[in-house]
Amino acid sequence: MARVLEVHDLEKSFGGVVAARDINVTIDEGETIGIIGANGAGKTTFVNMVTGYLRPSAGRIEFMGRSILGMAPRRITTLGLCRSFQVPQVFGSETVFENVMIAMGIAESRGPALLAPLFAPARAARAETHMARYQIADYRDVAADALPQGVRKLLDIAMATVRKPKLVMLDEPTSGISVEEKFGLMDIIMAALREEETTVLFIEHDMEIVERYVSRVLAFYQGEIICDAPPAEALEDPRVKEFVVGQELHRSTHGAEETGNA
Amino acid sequence: MTRFMDKTFWGLTIGLVVILVANFLLEDWLRFIGLQSMARGAVALGLLILWRAGLVSFGHALFFGWGAYAVALSQKIGITDALLGIIIGTIASGLLAFALGFLLRRYRAIFFALLNLAFSMILYGVLAKLEVLGSTDGIGVKQPSYFGITPEGANAHITLFCFTAIIVYIVALAVHRYLSSTLGAMTIAVRENEIRLEYLGYSAEKAIHVKYVFSGLLAGFGGAVMALAVGHVDPDSMVYWPNSGDFVFITILSGTGNVAATFIGALAFELIRTFAFDYAPQIWQLLMGGTLLVIVMFLPNGLWSLTEHLGKRRKSAPSPAE
Ligand SMILES: Nc1ncnc2c1ncn2[C@@H]1O[C@H](COP(=O)(O)OP(=O)(O)O)[C@@H](O)[C@H]1O
Ligand SMILES: [Mg+2]
Repeated sequence: MARVLEVHDLEKSFGGVVAARDINVTIDEGETIGIIGANGAGKTTFVNMVTGYLRPSAGRIEFMGRSILGMAPRRITTLGLCRSFQVPQVFGSETVFENVMIAMGIAESRGPALLAPLFAPARAARAETHMARYQIADYRDVAADALPQGVRKLLDIAMATVRKPKLVMLDEPTSGISVEEKFGLMDIIMAALREEETTVLFIEHDMEIVERYVSRVLAFYQGEIICDAPPAEALEDPRVKEFVVGQELHRSTHGAEETGNA
Repeated sequence: MTRFMDKTFWGLTIGLVVILVANFLLEDWLRFIGLQSMARGAVALGLLILWRAGLVSFGHALFFGWGAYAVALSQKIGITDALLGIIIGTIASGLLAFALGFLLRRYRAIFFALLNLAFSMILYGVLAKLEVLGSTDGIGVKQPSYFGITPEGANAHITLFCFTAIIVYIVALAVHRYLSSTLGAMTIAVRENEIRLEYLGYSAEKAIHVKYVFSGLLAGFGGAVMALAVGHVDPDSMVYWPNSGDFVFITILSGTGNVAATFIGALAFELIRTFAFDYAPQIWQLLMGGTLLVIVMFLPNGLWSLTEHLGKRRKSAPSPAE
C-alpha cells in the first residue's frame, strides 16, 4: 500500500502552550483514521499544521513522498490534501448549488480558464452528481446560512472534496449534531469518500462512531500521541481510558460545549 | 447566466443604440452630462467589482486622476489620438493599481478604504505642488484626433460621445462576462469566506489583487475620458478626495446588481447634482445628502433593486421560500 502522509517529530507551541510535541504519524492509502482526544489536546492544531494553516515549530511533513512543510494551504490543496472544518466554512449568502459550483470552478480552472463562465452546463451536471453523492441535493437552492447544521457540515465536506483529493481531513464532522443523526451523517460521508477512493482522517469525540468507522485510532493528549492502534486495542489502552475516554464520559454527562476554531 | 446574449447584453445593446441616436439630438450641456456619466460610471463599475468582494475604496480618485493626467501628458509628447490616449490612461492606472495592489491586498474593511484615500491624498498633494504640471491650475488637454481626423467645434463632443459610448458598451459587457466567470465568482468567495477560498486552492489576496487592478483600469479609463471631455486636468476636480466620494455615492445609488445599473446611477447622479446646483445653489449639498439618505434607508440595494421589485411583481405564482 502506498504511503500517503508521513509526519516526523512535529512540534508546535503557542507562547508557553505546547500544542504538539513528538508527533510521528504515517498514513497509507485506503486507511480510515480516527483522531480522539479531549478538548485542547491538539487535534485541530495537528490538522492545521499538516494542511499548511499553521507553521510547525519543528518537524517534517511529507505528502505523497514530497515535503509540504511551509507550503500555503492552497498549494497543499492543489496537491490533493483537503480538509473540512469543525465550524463549516462555506459561502453563507450563496445557495448549496452555488457553493459547490464555485468550489468546482476554482478546482477545475487555472490561468485564462478562470475567465470562462462559472455556470457551464457540464460543470452544473457534475455539481448535481456531487450533491447527490453527499445527499444535499434536496437543499440545492437554499442559502448556506439557512441550512440545518448537518447539511451545512455535509456541504463543507462536499466542497472540500470537489478535487477528489487523495487524503481528506475532517475536523469533527459530527460536532453539533444530535446523537440520533450522527450515524446517518457518517454513513453518507464514508460512503461518498469510499466511492471517490479517498483516504480519510477524521476527528471524533464519540467512541461508538470511532469503533464503527475507523481502521486505526490516534489518541491525542496534551499535544502528544499517546496511542496509535486499531480501535479495539486503542479503546482498551489504560492511558486512553484515563485521559480520553474518561474525559469524554465526563464531557457527555456535563453537556458538551462546542468550541469553534478554524 | 452563461448565455452570451442574455438580458444584460440586450439591455446594454439597446442602451447603446438609444444614446447614440440621442447623441445627435441632445443639447450640448446634456451631452456633456452624458459624457461625465460614462466617465464616472466606469469608475463606479470598478468599485462595483470591489464592492461585491466586500471592499470599499474611498480613494479611487487616485486612479481617475492618474489616468486623466496620463492623457494630458501623452499629448505633451505628441499623442493626440483619442483611442491611444484612452488606452494610455487606462493602462497607466492599471499599472499603478498593480503596484499598489501588493500592499492593498493585505488590508480589508476600513483599512482598505482609507489606505486608498491616503494614496489619493498623496497624489493630490504632489500634483498641487508640482510646478511642471501646473500645480493647482492643472494642464490643458486638446481636442483629440480620431484615427487622423480632428473634429472641430460641436462635432468634437459628438464624436467623443459616440466613441466613448462604444467603448463603454464593450467594457460593460466585458465586466458583465467577468462577473459571471469563475474569477468573477471569487468576489463572493472573498467576501463570504477567505479561509474556504484558500482551502479550495486559490489565494484570497491574489483574487483581491486582480480585482484591484481591474478597478484601477476602469478608473483610469474614466479619468482619461473625463480629461478629453473637459479639456483640462487639475488636482481639485480630478484627484481631490470628494471625487472619490462621488464614485462611492454612484455605487450606492446604482446598487451592485448589474453593470447597466452603474451607468443609470451615474446619469442620475450627474442630473441630480446639476439640477440641485442650478436650482438650489444654496442647498445643493443638502439635496445630495438627502438623496443619499433616502437611498440608504429605502433602497439599500440601489436603483437597480427597483427592477427586481418590478420583476417580482410580474411573476404570477409566488415561488416557495428559498
Ligand atoms: N492559534 C492559537 N493561538 C494560541 N493557542 C492556540 C492556538 N490554536 C490552538 N491553541 C492552543 O493549543 C492547544 C490545542 O488546541 P487545539 O488543537 O485547537 O485542540 P483540539 O484538540 O480541541 O482541537 C489548546 O491549548 C489551544 O488553546
Ligand atoms: Mg478542535
